[in-house]
Amino acid sequence: MITLKVNDRVLTLDEEGFLVNPADWSEEAAHLLAKSEGIELTERHWKVIRFAREYYETNGASPTLRQISKGAGVPTKELFSLFPKGPAKKVARIAGIPKPAGCV
Amino acid sequence: MKRLLILGGGTAGTMAANRLAQELDLDEWEITVVDQSKIHYYQPGFLFIPFEIYKKRDVIKPRRDYLAPGVQVIFSPIDVIEPDRNRVRLQEGGRWLHYDFLIIATGTSPHPEETPGLLGSEWYHSIFDFYTIDGAVHLARRLRTWEGGNLVLNIVDMPIKCPVAPLEFIFLADWYFHEQGIRDKVKLTFVTPLSGAFTKPKAAAVLGNMLEERNIDLVTDFMVERVDPEQKVLISYDEQEVPYDLLVTIPLNMGSDVIARSGIGDELNYVPTDKYTLKARDFDNIFVLGDASNVPTSKAGSVAHFMVDVFVPNFLRYIDGLDLKPTFDGHANCYIESGFGKGILIDFNYDVEPLPGKFPLPGLGPFSLLQESVTNHWGKMIFRWMYWHILMRGRTLPMPAQMMMAGKWS
Repeated sequence: MITLKVNDRVLTLDEEGFLVNPADWSEEAAHLLAKSEGIELTERHWKVIRFAREYYETNGASPTLRQISKGAGVPTKELFSLFPKGPAKKVARIAGIPKPAGCV
Repeated sequence: MKRLLILGGGTAGTMAANRLAQELDLDEWEITVVDQSKIHYYQPGFLFIPFEIYKKRDVIKPRRDYLAPGVQVIFSPIDVIEPDRNRVRLQEGGRWLHYDFLIIATGTSPHPEETPGLLGSEWYHSIFDFYTIDGAVHLARRLRTWEGGNLVLNIVDMPIKCPVAPLEFIFLADWYFHEQGIRDKVKLTFVTPLSGAFTKPKAAAVLGNMLEERNIDLVTDFMVERVDPEQKVLISYDEQEVPYDLLVTIPLNMGSDVIARSGIGDELNYVPTDKYTLKARDFDNIFVLGDASNVPTSKAGSVAHFMVDVFVPNFLRYIDGLDLKPTFDGHANCYIESGFGKGILIDFNYDVEPLPGKFPLPGLGPFSLLQESVTNHWGKMIFRWMYWHILMRGRTLPMPAQMMMAGKWS
């Protein structure tokens, strides 16, 4: 079991590093998760993360890359520079929501 | 008279129409199917055309011949669905069709225009698709005289119709170039936006090994932004490049434009649908069958078949005022041609990934799950007969619609 220590709380991650319980998420957790990806969060990152959280709360599923780009109003190209290599997965991980199921 | 309107007479629409024509009293129900084309294509057969295993005539039948006599058929493009007024407008003559219940089975199709550089002077010269009859036929013509080089297959984005077909294509290409005696002059590369050869981990591992054994390169996490048809390179959003001599593309798949025009779809024109009952999320008298829905399972004929199997008894309950049962489990069952007269078979649903085992009879098979066998290949080849003579005739196969765990091991 992988864990992440946020202040005095210990959060559980699954084997791929996604938060097991999305309700455990906090802004501090996001900073730590981003750091483990080598990402320093800026306002542009937050715009995307907030959209992903909202999307998950409304739809019960994590957004795909296309949905993030359209919904957050951030071009796909920029998503790749903000969250290099597999932005949809990284956004979900940092936003504390499940790995996008999109591909079946 | 109650009116049941079915939009789309493809795999899902045809099966639903014929099954309901048997179950409903046609003195009380009027069943109408609308489709824009008079031709019913056997789409699983497109894969075989580039390698001259099938010809165009092997995959074409008149659509009317496969719809039961009691079903009315209208050939016309559809303009718009107005769910609030229970009506649909046809493009031919602007005629309105009113319905009590609507089944949307308008499918999904490739959109090469969504990726810059695909359509243009090199389309059907050095860039081909094979999910359309034209693409498959043009590619067959090109391969016949191709002398070798760098063949790249690229999946633009998921989800796509029949997500195993790109793998089958590359396996068959390996076999085909061996047969032509030029395999040593051909480099094969499989370029995917996924992190592995397939979506589900156990199957991805098996299929990844099969690529390696066949000396097929695998490029993962590649999200194509554009194609440079002059330089012949694929360029990703994060500036990686893959050069090719011959590009086989699986373009972005989208649901029908009718869904977009009617304002009832998501950003890829799929209709939000309850994944267990197949009722449209926002409408109580609309159901969505086959590739047109957004349910999180494969877009494939086998899925459409299992959907129809659970939908028909549920619909009969529903029109009698009973609740819908949440019986659809996302079941998919796909034969994967692996070349040299062999194939593998995978069987999975929303919750259970493809596992090894035997199918359909536990322990006996005759088909082997997640493992290559000659029998699996014959299962695939015999399927064309089953498609036209059993499934499209509204007959049922002697197997349950829900996935079974018996016969599988993990």
